[in-house]
Order: sequence, then C-alpha cells, then structure tokens
Amino acid sequence: MDALQNLGVWASVLLAVVWSALPIVFILLYALVTLYMEMKVAAHMQDRLAYMRTGWHGTLQPFADILKLLQKEDTISVAADKKLFMLAPYVVFVGTYGAFSTIPFTSLYIGSNIDLGAFFIVAVSSLVVVGILMGGWASNNKWSIFGAMRSAAQMVSYEIPTALAILIAVMITGSLNLQEVTKFQEGGIQNWVVFGGPLPLTQKLLLIPFTLVTFLILFIASLAEVNRTPFDLPEAESELVQGFNTEYSGMRFAMFYLAEYANMFLVAAVAVSLFLGGWASPFGSFMSGPVWGLFWFVGKGMVLVFLQIWIRWTLPRLRVDQLMYTSWKVLTPFLFVCIFAVGIILVL
Amino acid sequence: MTAEEIYNSLKTRFGDAVREAKLDARQPWILVAWNSMKEVALFLRDDPAMQFDYLMCLSGVDYNDGRLGVVYHLSSMVHRHKIVLKAQCTKDNPHVQSVSAVWGTANWHEREAYDLLGIVFDEHPDLRRILLPYDWEGYPLRKDFKVPEFYNGMKVPY
Amino acid sequence: MIESKTLPTSYVTQPGEIRTSSGKTLHTDEMIINMGPQHPSTHGVLRLEIVVDGEIIVDVIPHIGYLHRCFEKHAEHMTNYQQVLPYADRMDYVAAMNMEHGYALAVERMMKIEVPERVEYIRVIMAELQRIASHLIAVGTFGIDAGAFTPFLYAFHDREHILDLYEMTCGARLLYNYIWIGGVSHDLPPQFIDKAKEFCTYFKPRIKQFNDLLTFNEIFVKRCANVGVLPKDVAINYACSGPMLRASGVNWDLRRDDPYSVYNRFEWEPQVGKGEMGTVGDTWDRHIVRMREMEQSVRIIEQALAGIPPGNVQAAIPKRIRPEAGEIYARTETPRGELGYYVISDGSTTPFRVKARSPAFVNLSVLPEISRGAMIADLVLIAGSVDIVLGEVDR
Repeated sequence: MDALQNLGVWASVLLAVVWSALPIVFILLYALVTLYMEMKVAAHMQDRLAYMRTGWHGTLQPFADILKLLQKEDTISVAADKKLFMLAPYVVFVGTYGAFSTIPFTSLYIGSNIDLGAFFIVAVSSLVVVGILMGGWASNNKWSIFGAMRSAAQMVSYEIPTALAILIAVMITGSLNLQEVTKFQEGGIQNWVVFGGPLPLTQKLLLIPFTLVTFLILFIASLAEVNRTPFDLPEAESELVQGFNTEYSGMRFAMFYLAEYANMFLVAAVAVSLFLGGWASPFGSFMSGPVWGLFWFVGKGMVLVFLQIWIRWTLPRLRVDQLMYTSWKVLTPFLFVCIFAVGIILVL
Repeated sequence: MTAEEIYNSLKTRFGDAVREAKLDARQPWILVAWNSMKEVALFLRDDPAMQFDYLMCLSGVDYNDGRLGVVYHLSSMVHRHKIVLKAQCTKDNPHVQSVSAVWGTANWHEREAYDLLGIVFDEHPDLRRILLPYDWEGYPLRKDFKVPEFYNGMKVPY
Repeated sequence: MIESKTLPTSYVTQPGEIRTSSGKTLHTDEMIINMGPQHPSTHGVLRLEIVVDGEIIVDVIPHIGYLHRCFEKHAEHMTNYQQVLPYADRMDYVAAMNMEHGYALAVERMMKIEVPERVEYIRVIMAELQRIASHLIAVGTFGIDAGAFTPFLYAFHDREHILDLYEMTCGARLLYNYIWIGGVSHDLPPQFIDKAKEFCTYFKPRIKQFNDLLTFNEIFVKRCANVGVLPKDVAINYACSGPMLRASGVNWDLRRDDPYSVYNRFEWEPQVGKGEMGTVGDTWDRHIVRMREMEQSVRIIEQALAGIPPGNVQAAIPKRIRPEAGEIYARTETPRGELGYYVISDGSTTPFRVKARSPAFVNLSVLPEISRGAMIADLVLIAGSVDIVLGEVDR
C-alpha cells in the first residue's frame, strides 16, 4: 500500500478503517446464513422441519432472532462484577476478529500481510479464553464458573494440537504468511497441502498419509477451540444451563453468539488456507481469478462449517477428563509422530 | 413358608412382642409391638429360612379411632414368600421403631409416613419432611386434619 | 470413578488438601451446588443439592415434593372407587396405562371380579405399548443428558405412532382413563389390530437404528460405562425394581415372577444386565436393558394381537363398587419398576386408604449411594438412567 503515502493522513486512516472493516461485513452476512443453515440442517437431520412461516421456508427467521436479541432488556445481576461482565463479550469478539486480519480471502485482499500470519492467529485467538473466564467469573454464578473453568482448560489444551498441525503445514510450505501458503498451493487440487503439496511425486506420496492425518487432527482440535459438540462441555445445556453464558441476555448474548460463529469460520478458514488451498481453484487456471478466489475460499470454508454442524447434531459429548485425555494423550503424540515423519521426508 | 409357620416362628422367638395376627385373610398379617420392630425386622431379614430381603412397601395408616399404624409388606426374592407386618401406636404417643437400618428403602418411606401422618420413627437417621415444604404445619393425611388458613402469608383454601 | 495409583507417601494428600511445592498444605473447601428445581436435565422439578470437591461429588441430597398433588388424600374423598382412576394416571403421566392397570387390578382382586379374556388381552397390549412409549422417552432424554440431541427426536417420532394408536382407541394421547374397574372403557376400533401390527413391523428396525446411532457409539459408551454402578445387594436392600434392578444382574420381573393378567401365556424373556461394556449395573447396562425390553415388548404385542379372543369389554360388576372390609397390596410391573397399590376398604363405596408405592420414588432414594465419587457430568447421566418421572415420585 505505497499509494497510502501519497494521500493525506486522514484519507489513509479512513482507507485503513474501511479495509479492516470488510471482514466484519462478511462476518455479519455469514452469521445470518449460518444461523439459518444450522437450524435447517439440524432439523432435517432430526426428521423434522424447522421454521417454515417467517419468510419462504423460514429464511427471515435469522432476522427475527437478531431483532429479538437486540430489543431485549439488558439484565445484570446485582452481585455481578459489572465492568468485567460488560467487557467479556467484547474481549471474546476481539480475540476472534483480530485473527481475521491475517486470513487471505482472495488474492487481492488480506487484512494485514504480515510475515507472521499463522503465529499471529494462534496467539490472538487465545484472547477468547480470557474473555470466557471473565464472563464466567463476573457472572457470580457457580455454574458459570464451572463452565468457564472447563472452557479455559479445554481451549488451552487444544491449542497444542492446533499449533502443531499448523506447524506441519508451515514446514511443507515454508512460510507463516497465509497469503504465501495459499499461493504455494495454486495450480489445481493436486497441489493442496492435504494431498502433499506441489512437491516431487515420491515425496508427495510419502507425505500424503501424514498430511491427511494432520488435517483430520486439525479439524478435531478446531472443534474443541470453538466449543462445539463433542467438546461443548463449557456450554453443555444439559448440565450447566448455558455454562458461562447463563447470566447473559440480549445484546451481550448476541455478541457471544456472534463470536462463536465467527470463531467457527475462523478455524475453518485457517484449515482451508493451510491445507485445502485457500482461494486457489481446484481446477488450476479454470475458474480462477480474484473474484473466483473469494467464491472458492468462502465455499470451502462453508463446507467445513457444514461439517462442524453435522457433527454437532450426531455425536454425544465427551466428559471433561476424557476431553483432556484425548488432547494430551492421543492427538499430541500423533502429531509429534507426524512432525518427525514430515521433517524427515522433506529433508530426503 | 406359609403364614402360619412364619407366625409360629416369630411367636416362639419373640413371645409377647408379637401381639396378634390374622392368618386367614387374603394377605395374612402379623401385628408386632412398636418398640420391637427393629429386632423382628433383623430376624426376618437374616434368618436363612425367612430371608425377607425386599421391603415392598411401608405405609402409614390413620385408623380413625385414635390409632395410627404402619404396615410393612415384605417379600423374599430367595424363597418367594410374602408377609405383612403391622405396628400400631396412638395419636398421643406416635412412636414406632425405625427399620431403616435393616432395609435401606425404609428411610424415605418412613420420612413420608412422618410427613403425612406424623408418626415419629425412633432411631431414624434423618427424619424430616419429604413431600411437603419443610415449614409446613400439620399432618395432612390424618382423618382429622384441618386445612390451615394461611401458609407463609398465602391463603390456603381458595 | 477415578482410580488412584500408589504414589510415594510424600506426595499423598488427604482429601481436601493441596501440598504446595514449599511443603505447606493448603486446605480446599467443598462447594455446595444446587441443581435447582428448574434445570434442563433433572427431568422435572427435582432439586439436587450436591456437595463437591472440585468436580468430584462428595454427597448428593435430593429434595423432592415440588409436584406433590395429594393423590392419597384425594382418593379418600372420592365418592366411589372408579373416580380414583383419572388421578391414578396423572401420577406417572408418561406411563398412564400401567398406573391404571395396577389400580384396577388391586380393586378387582379385592372384589374378586373375573374380567373377560378379551379385556386381559387388550390390557396387555395397551400396557406393553405404553412400556415402549415410556422407554422411548427414557432413552431419548438419556441421550440428551449425554449430549446427543438427535436420538431424542427419533424416539419421539416413533412415540407418535403409539400415541396415534391410543388416540384411535380412547381419544386421548397422554392421560387415558381407559382401563376401568372390571374392563376397559371402549372396545378396540376395527382398524386397531392391523395398525398395531404395522407398527410392530415398522418399529423393529428403528430400535436397531437407534442402537447404531447412540447405544454403541464409542463416545457414549465411554461416558456411560463404569458410571453409577449399583451393586446387587444394595439394589435389593433399597428395593429397586424394574430396569434398575435387572441391570444390576438380578433376574426379577414381576410379569414372570408374580404373574398377573395373562402374561404367562406369552413367550418373552426379561432382560438382565451383563456388564458388556463395563461393570454389571452401570448406566450403560440400564440403557441397554431398556432398549432390549422394548424388543421384548414388541414380541408380546405381536403374540397378543395374534391371539386376542372376541368378547365383552366390561365384566358384569355391581353398579356401586363396595368391597367388603379388608385390604390388599397388588403390584404390577410398570416401565419404571414395581408399582404397588395398598388399598384398605372399610365396606363403604369410598376407599379408606389408597397408598401408591411408586417405583420412581424408591429408585430415586438410591441416588446418593451410587453417585459418591463420580463427577458432576456423571451425576447428570446417573440421574437420567434412574428414569424418574416426578409426578410419580411426588404423587
């Protein structure tokens, strides 16, 4: 953005603000679509139809939900810690939104093209843990504290497999910058990292089992990062009413909800950029270009989001100690083996 | 074992504690003194010929003539026989020995009998109301129960 | 349950202590949490006061009585014995046919009334259909407690077919007032038998589908195995009955061991827990016993439908039911366990005392014993596996 130097200071500030506000426009639109998709997918899997009356087949229902949440009374319990209580949803949202700055939506748009992309994402999305702990503690409700503690333990534990899986993709592509990683995977589906990347055939074939396993583990760990079933103990409705969310209502609850959906897309976007080719078209040069890139990126992201929704409504929930066991004793050792193997294969 | 044999066995062992019995009824019952319930119960549960290990039901009854009673329906899973025990006390002195140490299920059943009829079970580990609120006054299942006018400021009959 | 390995003595702490690295001991406190009367997973208005040390439960104190509707007091003030029947089905609203059956049986035994054979067959069919419907709710809500939301809706889909059968016969879906003293209120409509046979053929593969989705799912098994183990002698001492007792390995079913109605004409087997996925008597065993009991109920229904004789649906009973003075305790096997009615008559048309011994009340009393040492997530599953209906617990 050298052109920025030539404009005035205010103009450049305005441009920067517009540039960084584009993902939030995307998130709001995407949230409406995903709200609708979640309720319809859940309903059809459960052998029922969801809303059919608001709009054609319930398409206006997300608007109705948002309107309802916006006009609700804002209740804060008397014994709650007011400042932390009010701040918590925004901290969670900032943690998620900050990571959107380094996601390449298309070849022309990336919020901030820093060389530390993947590392920045892992670091900033940990702010979500702080926000959840704040929300749970400030509610002054034993059940909220339970949910917050469980959530903190879970998210911190699942950062390790996430970071290790990202490390493997970075090892293969050689850069932490997600834009570079995506450019590396251009040229067709055979160049995607999940199928070994654009490397010589023998290396590729040796790499494929490990990259497939890594992608699978990244997906599982990202389910835990987003607090979705089978890892949704922090907001287990059957046990904790709503976990750390119990005391929140109205706009603040909407903020948590929006942050959760944004987080869903964030982890899907990270997996897509690192493993599934990002905005690169699977057909090589056919259907590629900046606008097509946006289509491919959002499409692949939505497929992973659909997968997350599908799994949520199928599987039961893991208990807290089983969750920890899975992270530390199953996923992490597998990833260590993968790192070893990928490292050796790349050096050969 | 038939009801006669059970009655004879109890009579020989406990003598006066076994007051009366009606052995020709459809479900024969044996009346036991209220202050020896626990001994009789232990014997009935542990004796190899009896082995009444399953307390089917423990009910409190108000006989409407100044007596309160407790009725125990016992059965044995091993020998497949049943017997009914009864214990009676007066409304002025409504005490019966508790059998909750013998059959664990008697704990809640006796709490219910205390709650609804006011029968106090001696040696019960945790005798408090179970179905009604903890600060309710009166014993509703008694035949002479009058509905109180107010409970905690709320009018009861409407 | 948490297993502890033997550690060197310098690391061993007492419960409620934390040994810090400088060698000092911090004392932890136990927290008292209230799983209050309104809670998405306590299956009704049940209050559980839980004393926890971290996530491990030290004690559970159930408080019931929020749904007490004075069934026994009402029964003493009815003008006649028949008027008690609608109150009886409102006790356990999920298995209403079985509640009515038990009361009708008690009064008929007291009056020595013989009901026609057709009535017995109809009662068996209705009771077994109700057993399937009740178990569907039990396993569906158990799935929700474990976090699986979809099997609940599959179970309710199947339950709708049963409720349609009931609506066809007596007009009501949930609270029927169908089984009367001396017979039933309406005869079966002409299309009932075919529709019921259709239901049986439809339902058998649905049980298998439910099992594939939930029961044998690895995550579900890991959640339920070895949790809430109820040993055999504790179960008998606490007078547990029904699937809770059978899952602990005791082969006891009132339909076979204390027979009533015409159950001894049918071929079926009581299901006993064998500890396939964990210990005998854990929550998974209770779940699988319920699933298998549904299959056996379908067997009974098919046999009953094939052999139902023609005849009257109401015995010749006197207009005023006035049993001679006496008492009786009659027990039947409801989906939750042994339901007993202790009826005392003083020779008038009004019952003198009706005591309903409800299985859920007795099964719930064993909850503190089986949940010590479990985690809170396990407590939700244990309470769900006891399968309580608060209407029956509180009466």
